Amino acid sequence: MTLYDIIFYLFALVTISSAYLVVTVRNIVYSAFSLLFTLFGIAGLYALLGADFVAIVQLIVYVGGILILMIFGVMLTNKITNVQIKTGVFQILPATIGVGIFGGFLLAVLLNTNWLNLNVKDSPATTFQLGQLLMNEWVLPFELLGIVLLIALLGAASIARK
Amino acid sequence: MVTVSLYHYLFVSTILFSLGIFGIVTRKNAVMVLMGIELILNAANINFVAFARYGNFGFQGQLMALFVIVLAAAEAAIALAIVLNIYKVFSSVNVDEIDRLKE
Repeated sequence: MTLYDIIFYLFALVTISSAYLVVTVRNIVYSAFSLLFTLFGIAGLYALLGADFVAIVQLIVYVGGILILMIFGVMLTNKITNVQIKTGVFQILPATIGVGIFGGFLLAVLLNTNWLNLNVKDSPATTFQLGQLLMNEWVLPFELLGIVLLIALLGAASIARK
Repeated sequence: MVTVSLYHYLFVSTILFSLGIFGIVTRKNAVMVLMGIELILNAANINFVAFARYGNFGFQGQLMALFVIVLAAAEAAIALAIVLNIYKVFSSVNVDEIDRLKE
């Protein structure tokens, strides 16, 4: 057990346990805050994988943006004064069985596959290389994503105003 | 000696994916369904980044993860706008009560 292993298990534990809370807790606000810890844990996993830029983007976009949007959604669609902030659930038993079978199948596939598993050295800082890729080979998808974001924001604004 | 390998990361992302599907299937509130979708997208992202590190594919996997994050942001914005409209019409966002497309 090196320090890397310990930190990995810590982040994996945080991620999985809070993701479990996200999908089981009845109170929507509690689950939104559990999602915060899940996203933090995933950012930590990215950092452990040597993807420092992706980890920072995860923190800024997910934790700073998407999660706030979610909490806005929760707050705007529930009558907080009437204590109606719980979510109903249905089909727990079939869902548990189905997801259990499906997840077991996925785990069996992944454990029985002989993945290419190189022992990599410490990776360099990724920001420079990502910028090079974005501005050379991937410049067209990059620009298209900009357009998609613009259209999505305009669409969201016009849908919400109607 | 570091024992954490590709399998550990894939294991975490598989569990996240299954939990996301469980959330989508069992929750009634539409915002909670969206949270399940976010869990699934994050599971896919972990796979991209893990394969990018252990598979000797360069940095393109990380680039895909960035693209997924951007599209997830766009998706969340649109979906929440739709959810707000649904709330205006139905006065609730339970997905089992939404059974009309017309107002």
